[in-house]
Amino acid sequence: MPDGSFAHPQQRSFNPYTDNGGTILAIAGADFTVIAGDTRQSEGYSIQTRYAPKVFRLTDRAVLAVNGFAADGNMFVKKVKQRLEWYRHAHAKDMPLRAIARLIQTMLYAQRFFPYYVYNILGGIEEDGSYEREACRAAGAAQSLVQPFLDNQIYFKNQTAAPGQSHPSHLPLPDVLAIVIDSFTSATERHIEVGDGLEIYVVVAKGRSPQGLDTMRGVQEMSARPDGDRMFVIRRDLKKD
Amino acid sequence: MNSFLTRYSSTTPEAYIRKAKELYGEDDDISEMIWGSAGGFGNLAKGVPTFKVPAVPDPTSFLRMHTDDHADPSCRIKIKHGTTTLAFRYQGGVIVAVDSRATAGSYVASGTVKKVIEINPYLLGTMAGGAADCQYWETYLGMQCRLHELRNRERISVAAASKYLSNLVYSYKGMGLSMGTMICGWDKTGPAIFYVDSDGTRLKGDLFSVGSGSTFAYGVLDQGYRWDLTDAEAQELGRRSIYAAGHRDAFSGNTVNLYHVKQDGWQFIGNYDISELHYNGPGDVPGAPGGGYGYDVRVAGRTSANAPEGQ
Repeated sequence: MPDGSFAHPQQRSFNPYTDNGGTILAIAGADFTVIAGDTRQSEGYSIQTRYAPKVFRLTDRAVLAVNGFAADGNMFVKKVKQRLEWYRHAHAKDMPLRAIARLIQTMLYAQRFFPYYVYNILGGIEEDGSYEREACRAAGAAQSLVQPFLDNQIYFKNQTAAPGQSHPSHLPLPDVLAIVIDSFTSATERHIEVGDGLEIYVVVAKGRSPQGLDTMRGVQEMSARPDGDRMFVIRRDLKKD
Repeated sequence: MNSFLTRYSSTTPEAYIRKAKELYGEDDDISEMIWGSAGGFGNLAKGVPTFKVPAVPDPTSFLRMHTDDHADPSCRIKIKHGTTTLAFRYQGGVIVAVDSRATAGSYVASGTVKKVIEINPYLLGTMAGGAADCQYWETYLGMQCRLHELRNRERISVAAASKYLSNLVYSYKGMGLSMGTMICGWDKTGPAIFYVDSDGTRLKGDLFSVGSGSTFAYGVLDQGYRWDLTDAEAQELGRRSIYAAGHRDAFSGNTVNLYHVKQDGWQFIGNYDISELHYNGPGDVPGAPGGGYGYDVRVAGRTSANAPEGQ
């Protein structure tokens, strides 16, 4: 017990980490990617804020979601954005998605002995259309609630197709959005660290139809150019209790 | 002369900046290199990787406190563990087979992990222990192997590549790296396998299995191994061994990834679902006996719940 005296040996431990809760998830379609996160930030049982974004636009076609320790997450996103800006100055173009993925990998590993407590999901469009190393992935507090649901609904795990039929390899955008919203409303019901607000980023590949997304409720277009890849954000409320 | 003055003076603004840099270190891992095409390689751009270390008296114990899940299962940063990997040498080259499960505690974090790292067209590395450690250092090894080719106009030997890796991880000994890997390939001496781990161990051998499920894999592997296996038999043995580990080790499973290294480089043979292997087998592939690997076919319904007459 440190009491200011030097009568006995004292020891302090350096504990810079905390868990700020929340959940993120991403699903890839054939020509689009959806990256979503809730906006609650909490520590223990108390809510620090009801609006702390966890999903960030990096380039016209790349979105990064971060989850874990908010301070580390925000700092990490800041540094990634800085490196992407330097890349733009050096090469006069945006960094391709696969290069961003590798950049993030090396930036995180540079902190191998003082790790960022952050789980990252990168989503976007590859130079040749949509991108997926994985078709769907959840991370964060409600990962273990959401991922099994996604496995079942996206990969059709433990479902048998009717005779002579097969499961689709990619779902259309409206179906994916419905699954994302259901995932978060359900996670909000059963996990105390999830709730308040939902931000869904959608990146649609160049020349592909946004499948009615542009007229959806609460949608905001944030595309840099109307003729390139298009980016949208959908904001929804989640329960606040 | 003026430059000498600024360099050695302790009162100029440059001196203050120099002192500040000595005290706090360079700002992050950034060098001039970030402007060039190597920019994306981050801390590798300087040639030798550099790492940020916490400003505490004992950085190693700091890291252990926050990551070691044996000491404290509730610690925040979970490093993914649990694996079965194997590689063996035989008359026709090298067979490399691995599972694809990643666990964090008892949660199955992923069932589609690529545990074979394709270092270059002639070299494969397997992944057991920390996924990030294996991936990062084996990618780095790939860069060094390419530089060796350019400098010496000759492909690096498996022995040299594995020694590069073992010397590298040895220099980080005690700092918490966790990797158990097999470097497999074909060089001018023929097929070769080296086992390298983060303790600094480096072993040459014909047959290795690494990971929590290795004992189960060894059971099948030792029983079926011969030097003069045909290619089809060898591939089947690799597949069957990982299946056995996936079946009996809770920390291994999901799918098998199978590779074959021959004189002209490695070849990806296939990905097999372990449940599918259990019930239906690998399908129509060379070496497969037909039917599932599970013993259901052999007991043919005669279980304790349905014992034959008079028992």
